[in-house]
Amino acid sequence: MRSYFWQKRRIPLAWLLLSRQPLRLFVALAGICFAGILMFMQLGFRDGLFDASVTVHRKLDADLVLISPRSMSSISMTGFPRRRLIQAMAHEDVVGISPVNWNFLIWRNPETLSTRAILTLGFEPNDLLLKDPDFTSKSKTLTNFGRVLFDELSRNEFGPIKEWFKEGKVVETELSGKRVRVSGLISLGPNFGADGNLLTSRETYLDLIPNTSPGSIELGLIRLRPDSNKGMVAKSLTASLPLDVKVLTKEGFIEFEKNYWRSSTSIGFIFTLGAALGFVVGSVIVYQILYSDVSDHLPEYATLMAMGYRLETLLGVVCREGFLLAIMGYLPAYISGQLLYLLVRNSTKLPIYMDTQKSLLIFFLILFMCMASALFAMRRLIDADPAEIF
Amino acid sequence: MTKYISLTNQVQLSTPSVQDYAVKVNELSHWFGEGLNRRKVLDRISMEISLGEFVLLAGPSGCGKTTLLTLIGALRRIEKGDISIFGSKLLHSSRHTRQRLRRQIGMIFQGHNLLRCLTAEQNVQMGSDLLEGLSYSARRDQARFWLRSVGLEDHMHKLPHDLSGGQKQRVAIARALAARPKLLLADEPTAALDSVTGREIVDLLKGLANDQSCAVLMVTHDQRILDVADRLLSMEDGKLLPSIG
Ligand SMILES: Nc1ncnc2c1ncn2[C@@H]1O[C@H](COP(=O)(O)OP(=O)(O)O)[C@@H](O)[C@H]1O
Ligand SMILES: [Mg+2]
Repeated sequence: MRSYFWQKRRIPLAWLLLSRQPLRLFVALAGICFAGILMFMQLGFRDGLFDASVTVHRKLDADLVLISPRSMSSISMTGFPRRRLIQAMAHEDVVGISPVNWNFLIWRNPETLSTRAILTLGFEPNDLLLKDPDFTSKSKTLTNFGRVLFDELSRNEFGPIKEWFKEGKVVETELSGKRVRVSGLISLGPNFGADGNLLTSRETYLDLIPNTSPGSIELGLIRLRPDSNKGMVAKSLTASLPLDVKVLTKEGFIEFEKNYWRSSTSIGFIFTLGAALGFVVGSVIVYQILYSDVSDHLPEYATLMAMGYRLETLLGVVCREGFLLAIMGYLPAYISGQLLYLLVRNSTKLPIYMDTQKSLLIFFLILFMCMASALFAMRRLIDADPAEIF
Repeated sequence: MTKYISLTNQVQLSTPSVQDYAVKVNELSHWFGEGLNRRKVLDRISMEISLGEFVLLAGPSGCGKTTLLTLIGALRRIEKGDISIFGSKLLHSSRHTRQRLRRQIGMIFQGHNLLRCLTAEQNVQMGSDLLEGLSYSARRDQARFWLRSVGLEDHMHKLPHDLSGGQKQRVAIARALAARPKLLLADEPTAALDSVTGREIVDLLKGLANDQSCAVLMVTHDQRILDVADRLLSMEDGKLLPSIG
């Protein structure tokens, strides 16, 4: 095995061809790295958007949910009769329900006095709403009229609520033109649709939006017996309830929301397009570099052919050049990607993370980009006529 | 040179009568161009080169010397006539056969054609790397041996960029010989050199080829080196003139 290796070992021609022209190598790597960063950024934002759009959905304490069939997404929820939730209670597997109001209200930053829309959920403080360790103790504070729980991960534009609250200050501001007081902090996270989140009691909610009918809700949470089959119950509820509500499993609700961002808006498309753009730009740069590299060394390649080196051997050299470029360009792109994700997480509070799927996808895209460029550059080599070098 | 390395991929000799010849050219003609531009550059050339023989090919510029060399070197497709290299016919030969034959033919070009990204030693090793069944270090030792043979032991790790014209041509000779060819084709190897260096290079080439009993066909303009040859061939307008050697 060892001796076989030594017999097969050759001068690392691909590496020497690249490294003896440091400037060109640098340009190539900068190009690949740039393309990689662009792809990491675009795909990161896309995935971050999809994940962030369901941070609230994920935390809901529910097995099934009821929504209006006219609701398109979390940013445009339509009401349906609260009675439907009570009707669902009749099913033997249903053990609990929570009616929820869901809308965007105008929040005034108590520091700068500027206003901004915030997603507000109204619920009965004694009901279950979120899966959160000390949620019940926090939600009890909402039994007092005019109290809200503020999402501490909300964007900074809503004001230094978290800081003031932790300092023990009484944080009061205007919500939908009425005075409210922050009675606690929760941790949900903003998304592309909502920059921040608020929880309040239904009583306060109905006071904030006076023209809401008390019998109308935007979301109904249903909890089932632990041993029940969610899919079956959802089906039987769909069959028994009128057509003015839609029954979804919690996973289906998450998927429904993600799907909205994915298909009904151009946001997913734009980010995918951005990533594709990075791919194309990178491909053009790598192709240019490899093509001029092969062209510059054409007499040398022809000399090697005249010496008796096989065309396949030389094509292998170009291939290895492509492979080396891919590896050397990917590593800095990966590291920069990690740093940029950290930066974005800190400044926008979006859940953008480097996952295996993304890092592998981009590695293979870069590898494909380099190998395809190498393949095209090889055409130049195949055209090389060893007879022309004399 | 310490040990002789047998060429395992040597092409089988077909008939005993031609095995004394390194090269046998038979009624070879060649044309360039298409249609009205089609022009004959080689006209029914016949010649032989014996094993170990040193042959010079002279003639005015444009008479077809390089074309003949590239045909013998299996770099060009034969149009009419035939060439045998060590008894193996080139006409209608496969790409694979031609590539294997090229491994037994060393080539030295007018421009040295060294790989710019490789040191002198690595350039020569590109030649010895063609030998089969040798470890990496053995092939590197071969490269060093040949560089010493051409007097460049102090310049092994220099890039072609840092070598003089004569030194580059020496590296090219070492590279050609490192693949242990039985036939060496050289196209005006001294053209870019001053006369003293040119003379040195030719003497060196002749000496080393003799040691290896390697046949040499060298194209030259240079009148002062004609005396090194065993035989002198002259060409004019694509025709071989009657031998004077
Ligand atoms: N690839 C080619 N295509 C067309 N004509 C060529 C080509 N190579 C050489 N020639 C022509 O063939 C003739 C012989 O060229 P060459 O063999 O290079 O001559 P020499 O080496 O003796 O100077 C010249 O007239 C040259 O112009
Ligand atoms: Mg010529």
